[in-house]
Amino acid sequence: MTRRGFFYRIWKWLAVIAGLEIAGISIAFIFTGKRKEQKSDQLKVLARIEDIPPGTVFPYRIGQLYLVRLKNGGFMALSLKCTHLGCSIRWYDDSQKFICPCHASEFDMRGNVNKPPAPRALDIYKVVVEDGLIKVDLGKRIKRTKFEKSQVTFA
Amino acid sequence: MPNKQIKEENNYFPESVRTRNVFRNLILHLHPVKVRRASLKFTHTFGLGGMVALLFVLQVFTGLILRFVYLPVVDHAYESILQINQSVFFGQFIRNIHHWSGMLMVILTFLHLLRVFYTEAFHSPRRSNWVIGVVLFILVIFSNFSGYLLPWDQLSFWAVTVMTSMLEYIPWAGGWLAQLIRGGSDVGPVTLLNFFTFHTALLPMSVVILMAFHFWKVRKAGGVVIPGGKANPDKEYINTVPHLVLKELVVALVLVGTILLMSVFFNAPLLEKANPALSPNPAKAPWYFLGIQELLMHFHPFFAAILIPLLFVGMLFWLPYSRFDKMSLGIWFVSEKGRKLCLRVLLFTIVVVPILVLSNEFIPDMIGSASGWKAMVLEGLVPFLIILVVLWVWVIILYKKKKYSKNEIVQAVFTFLVISYLTLMIIGIWFRGEGMALMWPWKV
Repeated sequence: MTRRGFFYRIWKWLAVIAGLEIAGISIAFIFTGKRKEQKSDQLKVLARIEDIPPGTVFPYRIGQLYLVRLKNGGFMALSLKCTHLGCSIRWYDDSQKFICPCHASEFDMRGNVNKPPAPRALDIYKVVVEDGLIKVDLGKRIKRTKFEKSQVTFA
Repeated sequence: MPNKQIKEENNYFPESVRTRNVFRNLILHLHPVKVRRASLKFTHTFGLGGMVALLFVLQVFTGLILRFVYLPVVDHAYESILQINQSVFFGQFIRNIHHWSGMLMVILTFLHLLRVFYTEAFHSPRRSNWVIGVVLFILVIFSNFSGYLLPWDQLSFWAVTVMTSMLEYIPWAGGWLAQLIRGGSDVGPVTLLNFFTFHTALLPMSVVILMAFHFWKVRKAGGVVIPGGKANPDKEYINTVPHLVLKELVVALVLVGTILLMSVFFNAPLLEKANPALSPNPAKAPWYFLGIQELLMHFHPFFAAILIPLLFVGMLFWLPYSRFDKMSLGIWFVSEKGRKLCLRVLLFTIVVVPILVLSNEFIPDMIGSASGWKAMVLEGLVPFLIILVVLWVWVIILYKKKKYSKNEIVQAVFTFLVISYLTLMIIGIWFRGEGMALMWPWKV
């Protein structure tokens, strides 16, 4: 390789590195400047235990979740967002299932997928029952693949 | 040596005259002084590329005016659109022009791509320009899409929610990319600001740069591809002014007239203000993405929203750089044989795709609630491979038994893919109603 060719190559690679740096800095700028995830452990009181009989589903639009009391008396807080593409699911009392209006995915009361295309069970929020009150941790949405008994909170 | 030939064509006129003309006339910055008379045949290009360029100018002007009133903030965006519609002089009219031009731009850019493809104008010396054109097409689609969110009504909010959620299915980088574009885990204030910046700065700037490049490359290739290619007997050059410019003016007038008429009689849609807790039923993506949304009803999201579109775009990029037996530049559909094959593929696809969609309705997914990798294999990989194998066998039969040339086969496969997409899109637009159930258009 000639000396000129050598320097030419070095300049070229320096330019590539500089370009990558600028791209990296821009992305870092956009990322840190914008992302303000709330990571509070603040529990929000949603209801009293006696208000919610077993086998019922209550929507809480503000927190974007459904508070569910299973037939065995256990509580769950299910995210409103369909795990397929993020539309808001709706509860249908007569057929006892959640249906997504976008692609017709169906979930049962525990958030398990009844009918695809949704790939996994509905996200959940942590539920705490204290002093007869049902509290939900809205700060953190927990992903899961399917229903497990440990996800249910009992009074 | 095609390059040498082009050089000679450009030097057809004495340098002094040419230079003087270029400086005297702004038009000649864009066009050469003389053009091949054969290239002016309207049914050869339909003036599509020029129309898209004009629409871009129209978008810049109307967009600029709208920017004086529009506020890219969640609490005020919808209200500012209402203000534009109701109390700003000609507000609704300007917004209508912006809306319909944006819509037409997607359609005409697509038709322009089809024209270039079917006249085989992507071969050397236009290979790199084809790639630039495909990138421009993608930019046009995303320009339209990023504008979709700005009114902050139910339509825009849910279309963007669905689209950005699709990104999450890209392995490894998906979640991160969706976070970056949305600026959080949900569509919210930051998303609106991001999309406003994409729509009014980043994308138009990229389009301007690439468009300049695109035009320059057309000039460098010696203008548009000549109808009939080298066999065309008409070798004469005529003056750009007035012959070409007059034709362009007529096309421009008809186009602008059409848009003005549309804007007088049809208002750009505006639904209720966005409500993150309530998806409308059915919630649909923008119309040009409805083919993908329809595909999502039948395939695992990774295949429907990521892999299949990316493969198709990759194919478009690779197309001019693959080896062809012969270059039939400028001939519609390669040959008479190729045209007939295309027509047959068109009819076949229009019939078969709806049948497949219907059969999926009556034979529901066998998988039930399979999840994770299992779902990806059963709902994604298996049907995808089946289609791929069928396509492959078909191509082999065309090549070995029916003795079609590679150009004709590539064209047939392209036709199949494009018509499949359009069919799925039409099903998505007009045949999907509440709960995304199949129904007749008059019941949707």
